Amino acid sequence: MKIMNCPLNGPRNISEFTYGGEFKPMPDPVSCSDAEWADYVFNTDNLAGVVREWWMHTPSSYWFLAERHTVTDEILRTFDPKELFTTRVEFSAAAKEIAG
Amino acid sequence: MPFNLLKYGLSSEYPVEVDLPPPKELKSSYDVVIIGAGGHGLATAYYLAKYHGITNIAVLEKSYLGGGNTARNTAVIRSNYLTSEGVRFYAESVRMFQSLSNEFDFNIMYSERGQLTLAHTDATVRSFRQRAEVNKHFGGRTEMIDRQQIRELVPSLNLDPGHLPVIAGLWHIDGATARHDAVAWGYAKQAAKRGVEIHQLTEVQDLIIENGAITAVKTNRGTIKCGCAVQAIAGHSSLLMAKAGIRSPIQTFPLQAMVTQPFKPFLDPLVSSSALHCYVQQTSRGEVVFGGGSDPYPLFNTRSTLDLKESLLAHAIEMFPFLANAKLMRQWAGITDMTPDYSPIMGLSPVKNYYLDAGWGTWGFKATPICGKTMAELVASGGKVPELIKPFGLERFSTFQQVNEMGATAASH
Repeated sequence: MKIMNCPLNGPRNISEFTYGGEFKPMPDPVSCSDAEWADYVFNTDNLAGVVREWWMHTPSSYWFLAERHTVTDEILRTFDPKELFTTRVEFSAAAKEIAG
Repeated sequence: MPFNLLKYGLSSEYPVEVDLPPPKELKSSYDVVIIGAGGHGLATAYYLAKYHGITNIAVLEKSYLGGGNTARNTAVIRSNYLTSEGVRFYAESVRMFQSLSNEFDFNIMYSERGQLTLAHTDATVRSFRQRAEVNKHFGGRTEMIDRQQIRELVPSLNLDPGHLPVIAGLWHIDGATARHDAVAWGYAKQAAKRGVEIHQLTEVQDLIIENGAITAVKTNRGTIKCGCAVQAIAGHSSLLMAKAGIRSPIQTFPLQAMVTQPFKPFLDPLVSSSALHCYVQQTSRGEVVFGGGSDPYPLFNTRSTLDLKESLLAHAIEMFPFLANAKLMRQWAGITDMTPDYSPIMGLSPVKNYYLDAGWGTWGFKATPICGKTMAELVASGGKVPELIKPFGLERFSTFQQVNEMGATAASH
């Protein structure tokens, strides 16, 4: 079986992991337009090449990032999200619900 | 008599039927360029020529005719979907398949076997009831059946697989299968007869777009001008859309399947179970085909994995225990363009005269005739979207109006 290296638990079978989608920056849900939000929710780059994506080690519910080649299926690097998220992500206050 | 036959067979007038005319040079310009000579692209070309009198068409194929996902699917034809948009569309496709052999004067080996989907939980039974009613409403033949009826239809099926006893079944009488290559070749032959040019080994490398409209396509055999273009490829839809500057919600996943050695006929209907992530059917040659869900993560590669094969076969053997001794003959994979709502992307694109036939995931073969017919209407009318495919436009992902067919698609194709 294919082996993935979990930054927390070390090398494990790929069946222990859950794919979590492309890594993409989230627009601010309060201030972005509907079009920007729809683009974030649905659209993907779906590149044929090296991509950065979210994965989870299912038994420990630990989320991390991986760099993987989507043609050769080679996993180049896995790393803790702390590398990219050095400070806590704060969201602005929720917008008021608009009727209708 | 046998002597006459021999003489006829050896004579120089023996009619060698040519399916396709020999390849020609590319012209510098076409009214319509169709990218991809699979079932969908060829069907679009055929209906453009047949119903709309447009024959100055080039169908461009990077490899060989019908060699992509047209050759790799497991040839299931059915219309027992969940939404009214989906059922209306696929039911029309099933009706067109029924008369396709006559239309082509070429046997596509259409075989109406019926499709049986198994429910192992109460929740599935409820969704089956809805699917049966929606299907009947749009003229399909679908019934709920109980264990006894299932036993009569498929005596070899194990009704109590491990932890998941079968409670009921969704019996789709219209379910069928056909020879996928024959469908592609039937369309190709008839389209070529009407003057459509099919160019194999002609890869589209780039799209030339000026002022929001496509003017030409760049191929490995030179650049050709076009009045409009249709994208009808599978597996790389999002990459081609990106060349036209179009963002898409498509993610590409491999889908694996396999067949056993041939057996005497024992299984008439196509049998599937989404709880067991498995579908099983016996071909007219006697081989048993196994298919299941897509791979768990995206990949642009048709490699196979032992873990997926193992889990798929474990479930297949729970359904048909005697197959544990069967020998596998072939296995393969295809890459599928999955959309978030498991419905296709058909219709207009942000590029004015560039039409999309994409995102066909694991449900493309069964839509071949209706897809060709509606895409031809769209192209011939210069961009007036036919009623039947309006719900499948790319814009549904920016207006939050998806057509959710996930439950009716996932592992039964």
